[in-house]
Amino acid sequence: MADQITDDLKKTPLHGLHVSLGAKMVPFAGYDMPVQFEGVKPEHLWTRTQAGLFDVSHMGPCFLTLAEGVSDKAEAHDKIAALIEELVPSAISTLKPGQARLSVLLNENAGILDDLIITRLPDEHQNGRLYIVVNGAVKEQDWALFEEKLKGRAVLQRADNGVLMALQGPKAAEVLESYFPGCEDLKFMRCMLAAWDGGECIVSRCGYTGEDGFEIMIPADAGHSLAVKLIEDERVKPIGLGARDSLRLEAGLCLYGHDMDETRNPVEADLQWVIQKSRRERADFPGAEIVLEALSNGPKEKRVGIRPLERAPAREGTEIHVKGEPVGVVTSGGFGPSVDGPVAMGYVRADLAEPGTPVELMVRGKPRAGEVAALPFVEHNYKR
Amino acid sequence: MTQHFTQQVTFYTEDHEWVTVHGDLATVGITKYAADQLGDVVFVETPEVGKTVKKGDEMAVVESVKAASDVYAPLSGEVIDANGELADAPEKVNEHPETEGWFCVIKFSDGAETKGLMDKDAYYEFCKGQA
Repeated sequence: MADQITDDLKKTPLHGLHVSLGAKMVPFAGYDMPVQFEGVKPEHLWTRTQAGLFDVSHMGPCFLTLAEGVSDKAEAHDKIAALIEELVPSAISTLKPGQARLSVLLNENAGILDDLIITRLPDEHQNGRLYIVVNGAVKEQDWALFEEKLKGRAVLQRADNGVLMALQGPKAAEVLESYFPGCEDLKFMRCMLAAWDGGECIVSRCGYTGEDGFEIMIPADAGHSLAVKLIEDERVKPIGLGARDSLRLEAGLCLYGHDMDETRNPVEADLQWVIQKSRRERADFPGAEIVLEALSNGPKEKRVGIRPLERAPAREGTEIHVKGEPVGVVTSGGFGPSVDGPVAMGYVRADLAEPGTPVELMVRGKPRAGEVAALPFVEHNYKR
Repeated sequence: MTQHFTQQVTFYTEDHEWVTVHGDLATVGITKYAADQLGDVVFVETPEVGKTVKKGDEMAVVESVKAASDVYAPLSGEVIDANGELADAPEKVNEHPETEGWFCVIKFSDGAETKGLMDKDAYYEFCKGQA
């Protein structure tokens, strides 16, 4: 039975490499993925001080282009941007060539269906090509939604058969510069097109750790040879999903399906910053009425950082109480190696969202002292 | 029917705990194999002294960077001591799992229960089967 389950799991092009490096593998988003190599804590700390290489090929990179091209390439961008803006509340039309933006896919009730990064590629295209990366666990349903809503108007090309990897940490730029000259000069949320070992790549300065770093979309074979080269560098170590989770939690970054989902709108999730002013004024995205109401009157609940004041971690599902009354729930929690203590995120009643508010965390039935904390727990180290 | 062990003997459980018995007292902790599997231990909740436990009860919790895991009572009896040092130094469980990283001492009530435990060789074979 166990073998059967393993056989059903998909493998990324770097799977064999992980196994050969002694990774402990676990099922994640339908893939057999490395959860750790040498250990969560050392991998986490390495990424904060050196450079960590993450295989994120389970995610959902894709391209969205106009079904019918136009002769003016700037107009092509406006047209494809207008189409994706029907599904997301962020301003995509105003992206400059090579610029990326975090956004959220919303349903009619402003519930978050996914978070995604939308990039206007630096090379202009008559069909106005957008590069979009969605979460692995929900990529099939996201893409089905794109197909359904934009049928006949846009063409979706999935690109999840190659390698998507992230090189994160303060040494990432100096390491990657010798492979992709010029990448050191990119600013946060900007990308460039490049090539390695005969494969065309998209190199984006972004990530999910709070550190400076890059994500690289690259064909399978070239991606494998690049990963092998990178881990030969003494500044680079392979990092598993365990440290990826503790890094993003310390950085205050949401994990879809945990810190936000269809039951939360972007204002509750404290992601209102992804909705630019022009979109608020036009109010032309799914659930706009609900979002605008939450923006003007405040949400009922809000996502906040939670700091357990004792050493016991407060994990996902831990009830948050104030004076014995339930006021919220932890949605992500664990130990933060850089903080050297437990850290968590969760939702509390909006009137209790102020950092410093004392709370009780119901860990295994016992109240333990905690407080609402400002996010992130560890300062972001992005290249602005 | 208390069975007294005049000499110190160490047994092991299938949940990767070690149990060192001497007289009618049993000192309990998790094995090196378990500690290595858990990764960095960040918190240990030891049982309250005075608590009565039955063999198989959830008795303590060990939290690593990865997850929370239950520790079960290997024998029935009364908890008469707990390792208070783990509160401030949970890393002792990784560094010295089978000595300084002990969890608690149980005054056990039924020495016959030790019959279901493994000796060192049997536990070694058991771990090999898990790899």
